Amino acid sequence: MDDDRFPVRWPGSGPDGYGKGDQHDCRPATFRRRVRVMRPTQHLGVEAGDDRVILSGDLVVWTLHRLNAKDDARIDLSALVRLDTAGAWELARRRAAGADLTGLSARHADLLAAVTAALPRAEAPKPAVPTWRRVLQATGRLVTGAGLYLLQLAEYLGRMLAALARTIRHPTRFPLTALVHHAQETGLRAVPIVAVMSFLIGVVLAFQGSEQLRQFGAEVFVVDLIAISILRELGILLTAIVVAGRTASALTASIGSMKMRQEIDAMRTLGLDPDRVLILPRILALVVMLPILGLISAVAGLLGGAVMSWVELGISPAVFLARLADISVTHAVVGLGKAPIFALIIGVIGCHAGMQVGKDAESLGRMTSSAVVSAIFAVIIADAAFSIFFAQVGL
Amino acid sequence: MNDAVETVVRVRGLRTQFGTHVVHDGLDLDLNRGEILGVVGGSGTGKSVLLRAIVGLDAVRAGTIDVLGNRIGTLSGPDRRALEQRWGVMFQDGALFSSLTVRENVEVPLRAVPGLTDAQRRGLAELKIGMAGLPWKANDDMPADLSGGMRKRAGLARALALDPEILFLDEPTAGLDPIGAAAFDRLIVTLRDALNLSVFLVTHDLDTLHACCDRVAVLAERRVLTTGTMAQMLDVDHPWVHEYFHGPRARAVTAKD
Repeated sequence: MDDDRFPVRWPGSGPDGYGKGDQHDCRPATFRRRVRVMRPTQHLGVEAGDDRVILSGDLVVWTLHRLNAKDDARIDLSALVRLDTAGAWELARRRAAGADLTGLSARHADLLAAVTAALPRAEAPKPAVPTWRRVLQATGRLVTGAGLYLLQLAEYLGRMLAALARTIRHPTRFPLTALVHHAQETGLRAVPIVAVMSFLIGVVLAFQGSEQLRQFGAEVFVVDLIAISILRELGILLTAIVVAGRTASALTASIGSMKMRQEIDAMRTLGLDPDRVLILPRILALVVMLPILGLISAVAGLLGGAVMSWVELGISPAVFLARLADISVTHAVVGLGKAPIFALIIGVIGCHAGMQVGKDAESLGRMTSSAVVSAIFAVIIADAAFSIFFAQVGL
Repeated sequence: MNDAVETVVRVRGLRTQFGTHVVHDGLDLDLNRGEILGVVGGSGTGKSVLLRAIVGLDAVRAGTIDVLGNRIGTLSGPDRRALEQRWGVMFQDGALFSSLTVRENVEVPLRAVPGLTDAQRRGLAELKIGMAGLPWKANDDMPADLSGGMRKRAGLARALALDPEILFLDEPTAGLDPIGAAAFDRLIVTLRDALNLSVFLVTHDLDTLHACCDRVAVLAERRVLTTGTMAQMLDVDHPWVHEYFHGPRARAVTAKD
């Protein structure tokens, strides 16, 4: 039907196409192939008459660039075969600019009228804001955003504690199964990576420490170096960083995907408290498991240090243990004492980020990566604060 | 000019299955140039699967699908891309790229057009967005900021960007309010008339069938049970078809005519 006005001249689709088995096409093979695989062979003839431009062939989106850039006063369209909305849009634009269109067929005129009717009315752009105001606005937004973020973190901590208080008053509603599940996910499954990492850190500390201490003939103090740095700082800090990377992202992803699919709204309408069902078991599992992971990390670090001391310095395990016994237990207490706070920080940041996920998948990815970055950063800040605090109180 | 009906989509003996679950078996279907074909069927009869098979998203087990004379599944990469520029697909929820604004979404297919200036691309995208019935301020909105109906319209604008010959619409009016759905129906007919589109329309909406469709194809028992005009559908003697076109909702629609 209607082959005159809508000539099907696509590759391989009709007698006049340059497609399969076309024997009349005598152009060079490379050109033929290029046309065959590219697009329809559509042609727009632009002919300058004495007082007008005569268009012939197809005025479609693929041939739009053949039109003269300048606006012609009169355009003759009687030889035009095919017109699409892109061509009609261009004609409508030129007519609005004062061009005179002649020779439109009824069908093309209909299309032109339809496109003209659909032309969007551009709304006046908002007046430009001066640069100094934009800079001030951006700075102000950043500062209030940061303040608001801290406030929201405090809110989530409060919500978690309130949920904890409620479940203590009604112990039967305690989400024990979820707690165990998340303890397994965040704790048990992190044991291998935490243990291996700490073991290697112990090895590195022993190796580097012995190099330096040997210069003073004080090799045996490498035990103090390893024990104090692992127990007090590195063991728990590196564990917290690994857990922040593993668990904060998992928290954000799991809560965020539920938020995205309106599961959290559904919970609220069903009388389930998301704070109690989702946030409490996750953060509580972290608070319980991070000290345990810290302990495992400390033991693995000491083990690594002992092995390396034995190999590199000839300090036998018995000597290592004897020196270790002289180290104050305060260091281990200080180290492990930080763990629950780190766990709270990681959990609150992860859950908060999950709740900030919007309706699109992109925000889920954005919030997940931002949760990891924020959690690691916050853990390091907190560790620095602890250092100052313990130095002040003399521990 | 000839009166012979040109078939733009021809499906013969189609069989699709997922694992052991056979969705279609021996399905035949034709879409003619310039017509709006409504594809209806109960939930799980594979309407969307059929659409996906025709545009080559799902592999078929047996049978042939020819679109504009090209056999799906046998095309080389460049031929396939050339064919893709001749059809437009609107997915159920618009399937907009979430990292791009609405205008940038519509500009994506236009980027394949050589020689188009930025201003032309922008203007054409804005035209298509306007034709799809979106307000001007939607141009710069992100897909996440739009309502479901607006996302569908934006998806339609993107499907129309290159003035395709065939338009595949997956449940275009599902989830729209009746006024919006009626406007969408009119829009489809208007666009068909203006652009001589062939429209493959998967729907549940009896109003849409009445308002738009030249022919209806009913999917049941893993094949196209029957095709014909709405009037012919009323006489089909099959329990599901009868229930569908004579049910209380259908009567409400026919009573309005």
